[in-house]
Amino acid sequence: MFPPIPNPSVDPAAATPRFGEKDIMRRSASTVEPPAQRLTEVAKLIDVTKCIGCKACQAACLEWNQLTEEIGINHGVYDNPMDLTENTFTLMRFTEWENPETENLEWLIRKDGCMHCEDPGCLKACPSPGAIVQYSNGIVDFQHANCIGCGYCIKGCPFNIPRISKVDHTAYKCTLCSDRVAVGQGPACQKACPTQAIVFGTKEEMKGWADFRIKDLKSRGFENAGLYDPQGVGGTHVMYVLHHADKPSIYAGLPDNPRISPIVETWKGITKYMGMALMGVAAAAGVLHYLVAGPNKVTEEDEENAEKLTSGAAVPPPASPAGNEGRPT
Amino acid sequence: MNMELSRRAFLRTSGAGLAGSTLGAFGFGEAEAAVAAYVKPFHLANTVEARNTCTYCSVACGIIIFSKGDLRKGEKADIVHIEGDADHPTNRGTLCPKGAALKDIVKSETRLTQPMVRKPGSDKFEPIAWDAALDKIARAMKDDRDANFIAKNKDGVTVNRWLTTGFLAASATTNETAFATYKVVRSTGMLGFDNQARV
Amino acid sequence: MTNSWTDIRNTDLVIIMGGNAAEAHPCGFKWVTEAKANRGAKLIVVDPRFNRSASVADYYAPIRQGSDIAFLLGLINWCIQHDKVQWAYTKAFTNASFVVKEGFAYQDGLFTGYDEEKRDYNRDSWEYEIGPDGYAVVDETLQHPRCVWNLLKQHVAVYTPEMVERICGTPKEKFLHIAEMIGECSSPTKTMTSMYALGWTQHSKGSQNIRGMAMLQLILGNIGVRGGGMNALRGHSNIQGLTDIGLLSNMLPGYLNLPIEKEADFATYISTRGFKPLRPNQMSYWQNYKKFFVSFMKSMYGDAATAQNDWAYDYLPKLDVPNYDILRMFERMKKGEVNLYFCQGFNPLQAFPNRAKLAEGLSKLKMLVIMDPLQTETARFWENHGVFNNANTASIKTEVIQLPTTCFAEDEGSLVNSGRWLQWHWPGGSPPGEARTDAWIMAQIHLRLKEMYRKEGGAFPDPIVNLNWSYKNPEDPSPEELAKEMNGSALVDVFDPNDPTKKILEAGKQLSGFGLYRDDGTTAGGCWIYAGSWTEAGNMMARRDNSDPDDTGAYLKWSFAWPANRRIIYNRASADLDGKPWDPSRKLIEWDGTKWTGYDVPDIAPNAKPGDVGPFIMNPEGTGRLFVRKMMRDGPFPVHYEPFESPVANVIAPKVRGNPVARVFADDWKQFADIGDPNFPYAGTSYRLTEHFHYWTKNNHVNSVLQPQQFVEISEELAREKGIVKGGWVRVWSKRGEIFAIAVVTKRIKPLTVDGKTVHVVGVPIHWGFVGAARKGFPANVLTPFVGDANIETPEFKAFMVNIEPSTGPVA
Repeated sequence: MFPPIPNPSVDPAAATPRFGEKDIMRRSASTVEPPAQRLTEVAKLIDVTKCIGCKACQAACLEWNQLTEEIGINHGVYDNPMDLTENTFTLMRFTEWENPETENLEWLIRKDGCMHCEDPGCLKACPSPGAIVQYSNGIVDFQHANCIGCGYCIKGCPFNIPRISKVDHTAYKCTLCSDRVAVGQGPACQKACPTQAIVFGTKEEMKGWADFRIKDLKSRGFENAGLYDPQGVGGTHVMYVLHHADKPSIYAGLPDNPRISPIVETWKGITKYMGMALMGVAAAAGVLHYLVAGPNKVTEEDEENAEKLTSGAAVPPPASPAGNEGRPT
Repeated sequence: MNMELSRRAFLRTSGAGLAGSTLGAFGFGEAEAAVAAYVKPFHLANTVEARNTCTYCSVACGIIIFSKGDLRKGEKADIVHIEGDADHPTNRGTLCPKGAALKDIVKSETRLTQPMVRKPGSDKFEPIAWDAALDKIARAMKDDRDANFIAKNKDGVTVNRWLTTGFLAASATTNETAFATYKVVRSTGMLGFDNQARV
Repeated sequence: MTNSWTDIRNTDLVIIMGGNAAEAHPCGFKWVTEAKANRGAKLIVVDPRFNRSASVADYYAPIRQGSDIAFLLGLINWCIQHDKVQWAYTKAFTNASFVVKEGFAYQDGLFTGYDEEKRDYNRDSWEYEIGPDGYAVVDETLQHPRCVWNLLKQHVAVYTPEMVERICGTPKEKFLHIAEMIGECSSPTKTMTSMYALGWTQHSKGSQNIRGMAMLQLILGNIGVRGGGMNALRGHSNIQGLTDIGLLSNMLPGYLNLPIEKEADFATYISTRGFKPLRPNQMSYWQNYKKFFVSFMKSMYGDAATAQNDWAYDYLPKLDVPNYDILRMFERMKKGEVNLYFCQGFNPLQAFPNRAKLAEGLSKLKMLVIMDPLQTETARFWENHGVFNNANTASIKTEVIQLPTTCFAEDEGSLVNSGRWLQWHWPGGSPPGEARTDAWIMAQIHLRLKEMYRKEGGAFPDPIVNLNWSYKNPEDPSPEELAKEMNGSALVDVFDPNDPTKKILEAGKQLSGFGLYRDDGTTAGGCWIYAGSWTEAGNMMARRDNSDPDDTGAYLKWSFAWPANRRIIYNRASADLDGKPWDPSRKLIEWDGTKWTGYDVPDIAPNAKPGDVGPFIMNPEGTGRLFVRKMMRDGPFPVHYEPFESPVANVIAPKVRGNPVARVFADDWKQFADIGDPNFPYAGTSYRLTEHFHYWTKNNHVNSVLQPQQFVEISEELAREKGIVKGGWVRVWSKRGEIFAIAVVTKRIKPLTVDGKTVHVVGVPIHWGFVGAARKGFPANVLTPFVGDANIETPEFKAFMVNIEPSTGPVA
């Protein structure tokens, strides 16, 4: 058993966050002085092979973050809701897969949510200064006061994770429970997970734990068992142990080789060159939208958005989410 | 409740297998001065803890209830959060999807808050005072028992049973409640007395 | 559970059959994943559905619901045929060598003594041969043709792998693969644990399902050892406690029985409870029955229970039938024989079979009293919710009183988990509105009744007016007082009969264990098995020291486990005949030459020499029972019986319908589909989902998000055959009612081939109703048949026949 993290303290003295502004390593649409010393990188390891799909993580996430998801309907599957939303930061995705080699049925259950990439596409795509930050421990967090709701974080995300709230029109996703981690706790989903399919610690520890798990899986005939820590995004601070690490996409469309769209990389260059202050946020958003969505939609929508921005109204979510390669629709 | 002892003992045991893991090693030094509103504040600070047991299945996971207000000081206590008790040997702080949402059942919109009566043929519940409800119940029991109690069977054997009233006991009440219930029900001679274990 | 949740980490092989632990007990299932990760343990799942437990299993095999006994006896047969028996254990610790009386026989699905008209057996021949010394005759060579071992061998011979496939639909090679995995656990250094739940109990032969596995575990030597055992995963948080305290129509606390009317006086009652040992030197611990009974009666009636009045024996009601179980009570309700009914935290309209019959029964009551923290369907059975509850409100004359109670978060006391741990908890919140504790409500009812009987007299007031109710505040007994009362205390000073200067017990002091209970009225104790839970040293149930020397999983200083803080019962059987552990790496207790010592509280007298006293101290044999004598109504060995509704006739006994001694009320027979009825061609089963707890969590927003709406599960093959689409509506109906639900079409259910016939399974989760946050739906009990297990009347929820068709959904 991975040693459980001791219970939280209710002592106000213990509630002082142990990381914050000074530890910000990246800030959207801004240049920051990197911290002199990087915090030890943290990671959440999701061992898909131990997961029983109980959704305790989903329940714990909703409770801890005080989110109210809609009561939906059944769509003929166990998944509910059917996709991530501004309130559902994490979601169990169920796949019934017949292994062609063994002819055995395997019920692959993957907890979807923010991967907290080392090289975060959302942050890079974000045109709004300080709406997305990355702490030097690896946590990528959204700052809602700075979010303009343009939805480019979704386009920039190789995992299609952030969602725009219909209420406050800003982007939401898993925070890795930065409020808990800041006081020495693990994320709420990790604490709840009945089978320790989710564990949390330093990234090094998590890699070591993954090795221990992979060894056990190989002994049970899962020759391709392995760790999912995709290098296309510089590695992630949420990693998976997969029985079939050679085929990530069988797990409800987990990208085989995620990477930040080259357009977003270009965009990063443009902001550097032009400078946010000169360009204006809405105009910058328009350029990115042009790059990502193409010229057909841009003019109308962006003009509208720009108008709304100048008049102080909220910006609606993008017309169509991008970045869903490999995902069944 | 000896929380300190359990915490110590547990760490001693669980630390045995693995090198000291967890957050101490995350590179956080001593707590530093609070920083501007970057990380959301930890909302359990200044709450009161109570050790309890999950109300659902019989794994009986240890839970901690966090409240504003201290019952032990005679205050009203409003539950703000419930999570697993990492000191508990069975669940080690984990909870299932029901346990992780325990606060929702405590605060459910369908919790009952006052005695109600539905009159014969009526299509609604109406409020009734506790005393009036209990008087009505006791009277109905006495009348039924007096009318239908069987003191002797047809062979003249003393059987002292009451068959026209039945009682289904709960499955999530405490032993102590169960024993109080047992005494009261059995003393009346009622035989139609069962609990969820029958299912 | 014979063992505990935390002990599962010690196992080599887990078999989940008759349950779905990952789904229903996720945090307990953790210890399965731990055993797998750290010991290389394997997990087998046998179930009609590839379920959440199967999703992490090493090996899965399908089985048709209601055919488990064929599978289990098939395994026993295979183990005997392949010499996969832990012989030393089986010979010494089971009744394999006991010789059964002449005249006992089994043929065509029936044992000797069957009376078809009464649907019951004369069980006289189901007994051992008693020798001239007064003890049971044994043949340690196992040669005697009537010794239990040879009778067992003969009894299971029909359950060949081919027969298992024919009855269960489990492919032969899958059955054999599992048999081989299990057979390895006949080694003294390998063990298997059985985790089961309602998937075995909710059948008309539920008790025998469990016996089938218990017998297999005995011959493998897996009872009493770390990582082994028969582990019943109880459903509710205190279902174990409510059972322990005997809140059942035929029970007294601590597994004592309520008298039957044939036991007209105390002398007759106690005469059959002597439990004389059947072999020399055996403890036969029930010999202490009288001590437990008298102490209970002193706790109930105090000074009114005296030696002169036989400890108030007449105050106890006497049964004329084996049970006034819930099925019988609803049958009586339907006939207009019940006037008042109380539901304390219980929602029977959802929880018992044949909902239409239940609703009819409730509508014939004069008064229904509900004590509950939440709204329930039962409390609102008279409300019209269209197709979901089509009640004729105005015509229902039942008065309903609904009392709001506190819930776990607002009260204090102990709950007993599946592993028999009594854990104390403390309140964390204030009750909403006027909600009160159940104990307060019960006290109020009692005090009012007592007052009325004092003033007015009436039918036999004695047990009510003399009920011991000496609490500090009689209006509201405290958890501490009630807990201490169950533990037991000395009523007077008691002196050693051999040394009158030596005081053994001091008046008013708590007893430290049930060994101090006395049958002369000098001690009182409400529930003998809880003795030791609240002693002079304090509340043992509140202990929170979670240290665990050598990581055995025992946690002896955490809470209190009954009996006597023992964590693994029958633990004497973990050591061989000389008292040495069968498996040194899994030492539990051992004989050190003078006494038993080890990690657990020994389940034997500390100085009982290994060769003398058998490990099964509650049994007069001193052994575990492969042959259970007269103790079960439906046979000393299990037999495969089909469910009352079944797609095929019983292959091994074509003339026998269902369990031949299960009680069926006349009207209910008419509501069973015939065997192989083409109108109801599909095998239905009902079950729980991990996102919900029975009918409670549909009141929770979060759980209603996770699983918002009722569905049924069917195979892709059946969906194709019937034109049903994934996510579309279906109508499912049985001979008792119909439901509408969304179709989950899945690869996880596959058609089975049973006796040459294709059988499709229709899975029906149970959690929906017309109250709560989740979408309105139909509870599964609309469909299920009104019949229970032959021994304990647990309803047959797991196997029934239905039909299914695509639908446009319910019209409200």
